[in-house]
Amino acid sequence: MLRYFLSRLLTFLPTFFGVTLISFAFIRVLPGDPIIVMAGERGLSEARYNELVKQYGFDEPVLQQYIDYLAGVLHGDLGASFVTKKPVWDEFFSLFPATLELSICAMIFAVALGLPAGVIAAVNRGKLADRVFMSSALVGYSMPIFWWALLMIIFFSGKLGWTPVSGRISLQYFFDTPTGFMLIDSALSGQKGAFGSAVRHLILPAIVLGTIPLAVIARQTRSAMLEVLGEDYIRTARAKGLTPARINGLHALRNALIPVITVIGLSVGTLLAGAILTETIFSWPGIGKWMVDSIYRRDYPVVQGGLLLIATMVMVVNLSVDVLYGLINPKIRRR
Amino acid sequence: MTATAPAATVERPGRFREFYHYFRENRGAVFGMWIFAGFVFVAAFAPWLAPHDPTEQFRDFTLIPPVWEEGGNWSFPLGTDPLGRDMLSRLLHGARYSFFVGVVVVTVSATGGILVGLLSAFAPKWADAIIMRIMDIILAFPSLLLALVLVAILGPSLTNAMIAIAIVAQPHYVRLTRASAMGELQKDYVTSARVVGAGRARLMFITVLPNCLAPIIVQAALSFSTAILDAAALGFLGMGAQPPTPEWGTMLAEAREFILRAWWVVTFPGLAILITVLSINLMGDGLRDALDPKLKRS
Repeated sequence: MLRYFLSRLLTFLPTFFGVTLISFAFIRVLPGDPIIVMAGERGLSEARYNELVKQYGFDEPVLQQYIDYLAGVLHGDLGASFVTKKPVWDEFFSLFPATLELSICAMIFAVALGLPAGVIAAVNRGKLADRVFMSSALVGYSMPIFWWALLMIIFFSGKLGWTPVSGRISLQYFFDTPTGFMLIDSALSGQKGAFGSAVRHLILPAIVLGTIPLAVIARQTRSAMLEVLGEDYIRTARAKGLTPARINGLHALRNALIPVITVIGLSVGTLLAGAILTETIFSWPGIGKWMVDSIYRRDYPVVQGGLLLIATMVMVVNLSVDVLYGLINPKIRRR
Repeated sequence: MTATAPAATVERPGRFREFYHYFRENRGAVFGMWIFAGFVFVAAFAPWLAPHDPTEQFRDFTLIPPVWEEGGNWSFPLGTDPLGRDMLSRLLHGARYSFFVGVVVVTVSATGGILVGLLSAFAPKWADAIIMRIMDIILAFPSLLLALVLVAILGPSLTNAMIAIAIVAQPHYVRLTRASAMGELQKDYVTSARVVGAGRARLMFITVLPNCLAPIIVQAALSFSTAILDAAALGFLGMGAQPPTPEWGTMLAEAREFILRAWWVVTFPGLAILITVLSINLMGDGLRDALDPKLKRS
């Protein structure tokens, strides 16, 4: 197992350095002088320009610049935002809980509906339930989620007036956020209605973000279940006279879960990072919206740092999934 | 090579006939194929099908609802947008952009990906390792984020969006081609071709590549729909096609502030994206069933 883990780590490290190289290159391959581009219409005095060139180290040889950058990254120094002047690292971690909370809720939604839907579809293969669930899954899988979000807003916020359109909680509530998770903090605050407000803000973005993982999980569960249901030990279980519920639940689902868990794990990585569209539409103050806003504002140090942090996070999650997979499934380890 | 093979008694159906036999079994796939054919038709003939110019502004007819709603007008069957442009004409023209994006992205990324993948499979181990790490690096970034950043570097436009999406789509082809080429390289027919004296290029493109095509074709269908979705998403974020281009994602972005007043300016472009992507994905499922021998029910 240790060997397997080390071999995974061995491919992780070069990839990580490659990612630092890309985020390093990003600011330097921009057409034109990056400092003038960032300053945009605000303009710059010559003194300030020279100061910035020095600050970013653009007057040094490229190799030296990369070494300095890498040293900074390994010490947790990702530079500071051009607009707010705050360190990128601090901004990232003050916004990250919002994205994490949204992603967890989206994943709960996706698993809670996708897993049973896949199982029901597989058990009733070819019947009405299978067709309905799998057609819906294909529609969900093909959905342009930015449009899906707008439709939800039109219906639930516009027509029914049930949910607010943006943000994490109504402005009337104000309390400390020790955990950064609005659901927990609002419940802890003890203010009447705060928790309900947080839930109403969260529900639409979570459904929208969870839609594609839901479709993927439902399809994956169905095909994994179908494969397992064809195995001999299932026939044996049937022959022994076990009830269908016991066969499907205990024997089949357990083994079908292995590929499903992998899919869930891999989509956690993309969820955490890929909330770009959902967060932008619902003005959810997480890292997806932060990245998009920084691109609009040409706040390139933030884009650079954010790219690196997000890619590293995706890589760490994928590595953990790989290692976990090796733990669950010994066949993988021996390869 | 002339072999003295015994006369075959049963004629094997042609490759395409065999493929279509399996493809047809999946009714959804056939349905998807017809919708896709309609989409291609619209993309090809949009200027002749559309009742108006897609960018012409009828200033006296802004935000006219579709004909079946009260206040509808037959000269604008699906209504008009906030600037008085005909929705139907814009949607029809939008099909051209989406089709174009799909074709360009798939062609560029598949050609590049197949080449690099084959090279990687045939290359010495160290070169293969380098190529695969580079692909890992690209895959470490969420695709939409990387495309966004690339467009930020290149400048927002439809062409740059296509380049960005093609770069992001490429590693999937590389991995797929490499994996299936390596599988084929173990087989006897490749060894015999080598023994007969086939050169490396011949081995790569004539001996091995045709036998790796099945998964690549399925991936091409998948990335066609992903390309359309990503281009629309970039357009929606203001980083793809620029107004007044009637690209579906860009149309949605322009319509955003009217979502609570005029449902049609938001509903139709998204519906167009959904139907197109859905038809391609239906076809992709059928292709996979028909081309993947493991799933074939013989």
